Amino acid sequence: MFSLESFLDVQLVWFALIVTALFLYVLLDGFDLGVGILFPFAPSDECRDRMMNSIAPFWDGNETWLVLSGGGLFAAFPLAYAILMPALYMPVILMLLGLIFRGVAFEFRFKAVKSRFIWDYAFHFGSIVAAFMQGVFLGAFVRGIHVEGRSFAGQPFDWLNAYSFMTGVALLFGYALLGSTWLMMKTDGITGDWARKCASYVLGYVGVFMAIVSISMPVMNEGVRELWFTLPNFYYLVPVPIVTAALIILIWRDLHRGCENRPFFFSIGVFLMGYLGLGISLWPWLVPFAVTFRQAAAAASSQSFLLVGTLVILPVILTYVGYCYYIFRGKVSHEGYY
Amino acid sequence: MHSIVLILSTLVKSFSGDSQAMIENLDSVLLSRIQFAFTLSFHIFFPAFTIGLASWLAVLEWRLLATGNTVYGVIYRMWVKIFAVTFGMGVVSGVVMSFQFGTNWSVFADKAGNILGPLLGYEVLTSFFLEASFLGIMLFGWNRVDRRIHFAATVIVAAGTLISAFWILSANSWMQTPRGFRIGENGLLYPTDWMQIVFNPSFPFRFVHMVTAAYLTTAFAAGGVGAFYLLRGRHVREGRVILGMAMIMAVFVAPLQLLFGDLHGLNTFSNQPAKVAAIEGLWETRRGAPLILFGWPDQAEEKTKYAVEIPKLSSLILTHDFNGEVRGLKEWPKDQRPPVLWVFWSFRAMVGLGTLMILTGLTALVLYIRKRLFDVRWFQYWCMAMIPAGFAAVLAGWFVTEIGRQPYIIQGVMRTTEAVSPVKALPIAISLGAFILTYAVVFGAGSYYIMKLIRKGPETEAEVYGSHGVKEPPLITGIVSEKE
Ligand code: HDD
Ligand code: HEM
Ligand code: HEM
Repeated sequence: MFSLESFLDVQLVWFALIVTALFLYVLLDGFDLGVGILFPFAPSDECRDRMMNSIAPFWDGNETWLVLSGGGLFAAFPLAYAILMPALYMPVILMLLGLIFRGVAFEFRFKAVKSRFIWDYAFHFGSIVAAFMQGVFLGAFVRGIHVEGRSFAGQPFDWLNAYSFMTGVALLFGYALLGSTWLMMKTDGITGDWARKCASYVLGYVGVFMAIVSISMPVMNEGVRELWFTLPNFYYLVPVPIVTAALIILIWRDLHRGCENRPFFFSIGVFLMGYLGLGISLWPWLVPFAVTFRQAAAAASSQSFLLVGTLVILPVILTYVGYCYYIFRGKVSHEGYY
Repeated sequence: MHSIVLILSTLVKSFSGDSQAMIENLDSVLLSRIQFAFTLSFHIFFPAFTIGLASWLAVLEWRLLATGNTVYGVIYRMWVKIFAVTFGMGVVSGVVMSFQFGTNWSVFADKAGNILGPLLGYEVLTSFFLEASFLGIMLFGWNRVDRRIHFAATVIVAAGTLISAFWILSANSWMQTPRGFRIGENGLLYPTDWMQIVFNPSFPFRFVHMVTAAYLTTAFAAGGVGAFYLLRGRHVREGRVILGMAMIMAVFVAPLQLLFGDLHGLNTFSNQPAKVAAIEGLWETRRGAPLILFGWPDQAEEKTKYAVEIPKLSSLILTHDFNGEVRGLKEWPKDQRPPVLWVFWSFRAMVGLGTLMILTGLTALVLYIRKRLFDVRWFQYWCMAMIPAGFAAVLAGWFVTEIGRQPYIIQGVMRTTEAVSPVKALPIAISLGAFILTYAVVFGAGSYYIMKLIRKGPETEAEVYGSHGVKEPPLITGIVSEKE
């Protein structure tokens, strides 16, 4: 039979695909979680309706990238999935509970009259819990996971420490930046002005947290230190922090010059740089400092079986997802479409 | 009071199978099983309804485009709101399911990941993205896209729900009747033939039976609402169409379900005979086995007490021979028998409800011939009483399938007790409590809003659908845009 693995490094392709799916999730659900984080601070109920309208057609599709990241990990790297999920049992469950409350709030708040405020808060706190827990994953992840044999061997609360708390808060600000710049692009008038203020308030925190994480990684971990600070590497890698700083400055200028669309795309750039930096530091670990992506890989025939379909279907998915964003383009105020 | 405690403890005991398992009663295996069963039972409520509803909405929109009769549009606009609420709940509870393989059954995920992973991966790629993306157009796109594109979006969402059922049922069926794999020396399962894995022996039966079940569930849920409008004399035009369409399903599809279920049972008889023995409540292997209508299977005493039997019928159904041999539970060692009580009674609940559905269809047929289908009051009450029937039957059916597979998680290959994650009992107990609380709130609120939508009924006054570019928002009228 014809086999993919004879001319393609299937494991590497899958690693790239999962990393990309997760990044798309962070960006896409990031902006709608960000809208949830900022939700109660909006100046009026009409603003909140608009904010909801701006994400209502997309949130379900955005969350599907999370299901793909999880499902893809299960399919292509079952060992990593089987170690990480029990290790992060409680934060995963808490994230899921948060996602439940914010997910149902979309439909419920439009059906509710007197109790609408309850669903507004369900949306807000659900978004905060989900975003915070995702930040906690990041912190727990870079601190390393205790593995023996083929399973997690740590304690139920290994994931909880000052560092993961910090990364949790950091991600809240990161998502708030994506959310506010999204709103600048999709709304105008009072809502747009308010979003601009939020963005410039959050931007400073994002810069500070990114600096803390970037410095702490090599400090905490010798392997990471060697990777970044040995000589030829250093020259290749130093553009990452420089570009990040430049992007933050560009966003700052745009916010004060009245650009409406660019800050969102620059914020995506900031996330991309942060993700790149992390990815370089953690390469090639899938369960940090215990299991590499090659060790975790599923049987070659399983990876190939799914890859054939993925390579055909993923472009189709990207096309129709793009089409949906295209249909709902423009500012939401022009036609209240809900 | 005392008797309630007694009954509850018997039920828990019977759920955990043999008394051996009782010792580990409150450990992470039992808690994980309860959590998985609870979250999945909650989840399946919504797919059971949305699979049918999506297809029905597609039919309604097709009738609207084909006939131009506005009544279809009015009904569509009412049910699409209910669809939005149930779909949202289906999605969030489904996301929970997809993570629980790892959080609660990580050893299973590690060992069977090579096989189940790609199946679930294909579900995400071929279905979830499709549903989620075109749902946006279906709900919010009325004024933004051409009406034919809108219709296409509805059809795509409906197809997405069926594709999702295809993959997840393939995965589940493989766990019932595993084929096309080998066990490596490290204990992991490796695929050898994907065709055999996807189209494993029980899959075609399970897929057809489940999709039909979803259609029936929707038909009876919607039909009861139509009957409610007729009874109240409100929205009579719409009520007649809704009840009429539902009864067409009941007349033609409910008897088919009996046939599909029977074929499914025969398939199970050859693949999972222990499950069928539990369904029948049969302990001794015998020729000319009777059909036990009712009784109380007692796992400890190894017999079915108070049995009401029809002689030889079981052999006739399962082997097409009055004296065919049916194997009883004692053929298997005690630790390989499923918890009989649950399987036995869940099966009777499902078949009982299926019979009621068939009778409802027959009654509707007779009334229709007498031209009285839409004005007999007792029949309207009856249809309202049948609203939960499909949901209950679906749940009961899954209980038969899943509990009947115990003590295995993969039939004959891997036991449930070997599958569990290295997570302590306490975190699982906490998460189980949190799920129960959350789902109670969400389900309560969701049912309340759906009830409100039903009470409000279809909005007949302004016909906005199809007139492209009309500014009236279709889904929630009166959400005004911001005044600045
Ligand atoms: C793809 C896999 C899959 C699918 C589609 C289903 N199940 Fe299942 N089910 C399992 C995979 C599974 C499992 C992972 O294999 C469990 C967990 C523990 C166990 O024993 O089997 C299980 C157990 C389990 C139990 C507990 C049985 C026991 O522990 O005695 C119940 C009541 C259900 N399921 C109910 C359902 C319902 C209502 C479903 C409808 C959607 C369903 N299952 C679909
Ligand atoms: C263990 C079993 C199951 C898992 C892990 C699972 C997983 C999921 C997930 C992750 C979603 C959300 C997808 C999205 O983001 O849009 C979902 C929704 C859905 N699932 Fe399941 N599911 C299971 C069982 C089933 C079964 C047995 C069926 C049908 C026979 C089913 C049918 C559906 C459908 C139709 C949806 C679309 C949403 C809805 O109907 O509300 N699922 N499921
Ligand atoms: C009327 C006669 C019926 C018969 C003889 C019948 C038979 C069966 C059998 C034997 C099974 C277990 C198969 C296995 O696990 O191997 C089953 C499962 C199931 N049944 Fe039924 N059934 C009937 C009616 C219904 C109805 C009316 C519904 C719902 C509306 C329903 C929904 C289900 C579901 C959801 C399952 C689990 C999934 C599956 O294994 O297909 N059944 N049925």
